[in-house]
Amino acid sequence: MKSRTIKVDYLARVEGEGALFVKIRGDKVEDVKLKIFEPPRFFEAFLRGRRYSEAPDITARICGICPIAYQMSAVHAMEDAFGIKVEGPLRDLRRLIYCGEWIESHVLHIYMLHAPDFLGVPDAIHLAREHPQIVQRGLQLKKAGNEIVTLLGGREIHPINVRVGGFYRVPTRSELAPLLERLKWARDAAIETVRWVARFPFPEFEPDYTFVSLRHPGEYPFNEGRLVSNRGLDISVREYDDHFTEEHVEHSNALHSVLKPRTPYFVGPLARYNLNFDRLSPVAQEEARAAGLADGCLNPFQSIIVRSVETVQACDEAVRLIERYERPAEPSVPVHPQAARGYACTEAPRGTLYHRYRIDESGTIREAKIVPPTSQNQKTIEQDLWQFIPQHLEESHDKLRWQCEQAIRNYDPCISCATHFLKLDLDRE
Amino acid sequence: MAQNKKPKLAVWKFASCDGCQLSLLDCEDELLEVAGAVEIANFMEASGAVVKGPYDLSLVEGSITTPHDAERIHQIRRASRFLVTIGACATAGGIQALRNFSDVKKFTSIVYATPAYIETLSKSTPISEHIPVDFELRGCPISKQQLLEVVSAFLNHRKPNTPAHSVCIECKLRGNVCVMVANGTPCLGPVTHAGCGALCPTYDRGCYGCFGPMESPNTKSLSEGWSRLGAKEGDLVRAFRSFNAYADPFRKESEAHEK
Repeated sequence: MKSRTIKVDYLARVEGEGALFVKIRGDKVEDVKLKIFEPPRFFEAFLRGRRYSEAPDITARICGICPIAYQMSAVHAMEDAFGIKVEGPLRDLRRLIYCGEWIESHVLHIYMLHAPDFLGVPDAIHLAREHPQIVQRGLQLKKAGNEIVTLLGGREIHPINVRVGGFYRVPTRSELAPLLERLKWARDAAIETVRWVARFPFPEFEPDYTFVSLRHPGEYPFNEGRLVSNRGLDISVREYDDHFTEEHVEHSNALHSVLKPRTPYFVGPLARYNLNFDRLSPVAQEEARAAGLADGCLNPFQSIIVRSVETVQACDEAVRLIERYERPAEPSVPVHPQAARGYACTEAPRGTLYHRYRIDESGTIREAKIVPPTSQNQKTIEQDLWQFIPQHLEESHDKLRWQCEQAIRNYDPCISCATHFLKLDLDRE
Repeated sequence: MAQNKKPKLAVWKFASCDGCQLSLLDCEDELLEVAGAVEIANFMEASGAVVKGPYDLSLVEGSITTPHDAERIHQIRRASRFLVTIGACATAGGIQALRNFSDVKKFTSIVYATPAYIETLSKSTPISEHIPVDFELRGCPISKQQLLEVVSAFLNHRKPNTPAHSVCIECKLRGNVCVMVANGTPCLGPVTHAGCGALCPTYDRGCYGCFGPMESPNTKSLSEGWSRLGAKEGDLVRAFRSFNAYADPFRKESEAHEK
């Protein structure tokens, strides 16, 4: 029987170090392994013994692409533990900084990591030779997102202004004002982006996924909501560990997350979109419909369209938040640590990011658990490949390998995120 | 480097968060210009197109934490004319160097699901412990302006212009009121390497040392200042033991307050 092996030793255009191994015998796929060889960094281990207030700055270092997501999940988990509610303009500023991260992260993926797959070029630099205006638009759009993060957070990567209870310093109205025109331009550029990517050629592929994301009563989800699925799951974040679990597999330095007992599931833009279409702003809904996604989107290759729709949403939301902003009297609310457990999920650009902490009466972290989106998607990525490859065996080796890589990039995997948490969150003595 | 040929730039990753190499992609206004001036010969986060070495300039992100990486860095050194480390992981071992302070017994008592699957060294070490390094750019993360300066300096055979003084000087240049003197907020600015533009004090918080130690830091004197503001020994240990914990002056100061 004819045997084929597809090997990609170092996946390009993803964040972090991963590899792919596929074994095919005849017309049957025998093995699929998304290997993560990014070295583990043991964040949960060294969070123990640190102060609750250090969690946002420490966990930000898990990922240089989505540090805000880590800061947001960390502060919300601590506030859950201490019974604090952050509302009004401070809550708005948190949504605003998250909008900034969604924009820069999504646009990085759309223009620099994913679009080259559809256009048959190795990277955005090559793309810029043929379509300089398009790549320039992408770079300026990405920059608009980074400008929000920089203004509110001090810098794009590992911002310094987020704290439990709020911020260290809040901007004045006039400091935010210059962003408004930039973001109105960005909203238009994001709309152009939806229209651009909607014309890409997409392979037909619609698996029967279990989608999981936050859902909020009135908003497209960032920081709050219940965890829901398209299969009837509807739980509070505090119930996360009752429904989800991780498995440690040999070929990966990241745990695989499953919905108990053993169901792979899908987090990220596609899940959010399918579960929260009615919470998108009118302009984002309109563009999504025009792009042909009125009835939802099951094709992971089209996640690039959904990411673009979410970029429209983030720009539009940012405009709204800036327009109604009034500077609060205090940059943060008072925090009184107590012995407690705190839980939070927020929606990182790549999907739901879970943090859980146990804090003692002095405010010291005794236990931490972090589940990033990519480890939740790992099993689903492998399942996609099991299903996709048999339908495309007639393709040449190079084309099939390229498509396999593309299928992985559909998830915008962040391997740096996924590998920080290899160990169990249990210290037995 | 050869005449009429673009210099080859390579970016390499070890244990890290990817943030420092992302800084290059965050140069939205300059990226295409940089890409025009050099041949991007290896940059996996941005491109699948890989050009063989030797490389004129290698930028190295991340620390050494696995036996395989301890080998790989030697190959990269051999293939690189100039090699520059970017960021706190590559320059000081990074946040993951906190493992270096765990005593072995406690460390091994941590229960893994299946420890045999994992290959990792007991210490996270900076690149310079393994190979000669031509320049170390500080920061967690690095400053993208400084990154552009370093790339431009090496490609033009000049010394990078990155001041080695403390964050304090940057704070004064920015006209900030001192958070430590005026508000009694503990600040690592006096002993921390410049480069961020005194961000934290500008946002009304104390510096937390993410650029690592300055050239000749008086950490002992600063610790006394912190104590006068009410900092306990444990606070000092944690303050010096974060993103540049394994950098010598910070490591020694944190150890001095441990017992």
